[in-house]
Amino acid sequence: MSRFAWRVGTLVASRPETATARTLVLDVPGWPGHLAGQRVDVRLTAADGYTARRSYSIASAPDGTTVELTVQRVADGEVSPYLTGTFAPGYPIGIRGPVGGWFVYSPERPEPVLLVAGGSGIVPLMAMLRAREAAGVRVPFRLVYSVRTPADVIYASELRRDRPGVDVALHFTREAPPEARRPPGRITPSRLAEVGWPPDFAPTVYVCGPNGFVEHVTTILVAQGHDPSRIRTERFGPSGP
Amino acid sequence: MDIVTPGFTGRPRRDGPALPPGQYLEEGFPVMSAGPTPRVDIDRWRFTLTTETGVSKSWTWAELRALPAETITTDLHCVTQWSKLGTSWRGVPVETLLEGIDTAADYAMAGSYGGYTTNLPLADLVDGQAWIAYEFEGEPLPAQHGGPARLLVPHLYLWKSAKWVNSLRLMLTDEPGFWEQAGYHEYGDPWREQRYSGD
Ligand SMILES: Cc1cc2nc3c(=O)[nH]c(=O)nc-3n(C[C@H](O)[C@H](O)[C@H](O)COP(=O)(O)OP(=O)(O)OC[C@H]3O[C@@H](n4cnc5c(N)ncnc54)[C@H](O)[C@@H]3O)c2cc1C
Repeated sequence: MSRFAWRVGTLVASRPETATARTLVLDVPGWPGHLAGQRVDVRLTAADGYTARRSYSIASAPDGTTVELTVQRVADGEVSPYLTGTFAPGYPIGIRGPVGGWFVYSPERPEPVLLVAGGSGIVPLMAMLRAREAAGVRVPFRLVYSVRTPADVIYASELRRDRPGVDVALHFTREAPPEARRPPGRITPSRLAEVGWPPDFAPTVYVCGPNGFVEHVTTILVAQGHDPSRIRTERFGPSGP
Repeated sequence: MDIVTPGFTGRPRRDGPALPPGQYLEEGFPVMSAGPTPRVDIDRWRFTLTTETGVSKSWTWAELRALPAETITTDLHCVTQWSKLGTSWRGVPVETLLEGIDTAADYAMAGSYGGYTTNLPLADLVDGQAWIAYEFEGEPLPAQHGGPARLLVPHLYLWKSAKWVNSLRLMLTDEPGFWEQAGYHEYGDPWREQRYSGD
C-alpha cells in the first residue's frame, strides 16, 4: 500500500490539552511508521458523500499503529470543531501518510536543536522532543514556545517535567502569567537570542506555526546569522501550503 | 474507501454551477501560453520522472499510451478569469507513473517542451486529482492546447496544468516555477482566489 493510499483510522481515546485543543489517539491498521515532524492528511466524509481534507502534524513518537494528533479548534472552522467536539471513540476517519521528508528530526543527528513553536505549531516539535526521549540521546534541545495566554499552553504538564539537556522557554503574546518578567508581546530578536542557541553552535532549527509567525521568526534568525539552510519550517497557514 | 465520519456534515453545499470568485463563464477555449507553441514529434516524445535522489524513469509515447487511461469530466479555471465547465479529457493518472517510485518528496516541478515549468505539492498530483492528458473532447489534444500531452490538474488554476509536459522532478522542498517566479501564487487554488503570491 503506498503512503498516498487512504487508510481507515479509528479514534481509540482523546484527551483535552487546553479548553480548545484536544489530542486524538488513533489506531491505524497497517500504519507504516513515521519520523518526528511528519504529518498526515485526514479526510472526513459526510453522509451525502461530501468530503473535507486537512493536514495535521503527528504529535507522538513512532509507536506501532498508534498515531496521535493534537487539534486546535479554529472558531468557525469546518473540520477542527468537529474533531475537537463530536468525533468520539470508535468513530472512523480517513487518514494517509506519513507525509513530509524535510521537516523531520532523526535522533542520530549530533548537532544541537532549536525548536520554535507558535500556537499549535508545538505539535510536530513535541513529537521531536518525544522522539529524542524515546531514543535516549543527549543532544541538547532548546524549545521556545510562543502562545497567546498561559491557558493556551498545549502539553503544559509534560513540558514542565525536567529533562536533562532540554530547556523550555514559554513566551506570551497577549497575556503573561504574574511570574513572567516581561510584558506580553510579539517575540523579539533579543528574546530569541537569549533563549535560543548562538549561530556559531550551528544548531538545526525547526520553526512551526502560522505563516506570519514563521516569517517573523525566520527573518530574525537569518539576520542573527543562522545559516538559512539549517532552518526548517512548517507553516500551518490558513491559506494553502 | 468510503467510510462515513459519523456526525460530520461539513459546510453547506453550494447549489447551481457556482464559479470560483472572480471567474466568468467561457464557452470557447481560449489559448494562453507564455511563448510560441512547441511542435512535438510523437516519435521523439519522452516523459521523464526524476526523484529527489536523481533516480529517473522514462516513458515513450507508445509506453504512455499502453498504460491504463481514465476519462475525466471536469471544470477548468484560468487565472485570467475565465472558467469552462464540463470539459472532457482522457489520460493516465499521475499516480500510475509514481507506482513503485521510492520518494520522500513533498513537491514536484513539472517541465515542458519549450522550457515552461510549474511547481505543485506532490499530494495534489495523486489520489484522482491529476493526469497526463492526451485527448480533449474525444480527439487528440491539439498542440495549441498542450498536445501531444499536457498535465491536467483541474482543481488548481490552469497554469499548473503544464502544456506540452515532458517531465516531473520530485523535490524535498518547494521551488517556484515559471509563473510562480513571476509573482503568481505558489499554490493557485481558484476557490480561494490564489492568483498572485500573497493572495
Ligand atoms: C502542514 C500542516 C500541518 C498542520 N498541523 C496542524 C496541527 O498539528 N494541529 C492543528 O490544530 N492544526 C494543524 N494544521 C492546520 C489544519 O490543517 C487546519 O487548517 C485547521 O485545523 C483549520 O481547519 P478548519 O477546517 O477547522 O478551518 P477552515 O474551515 O479551513 O477555516 C475556517 C476559518 O479559519 C481560518 N483558519 C484556517 N486555519 C487556521 C489556522 N491554522 N489558524 C487560524 N485560522 C485559521 C480560515 O482562514 C477560515 O477563515 C496544519 C496545517 C498544515 C498545512
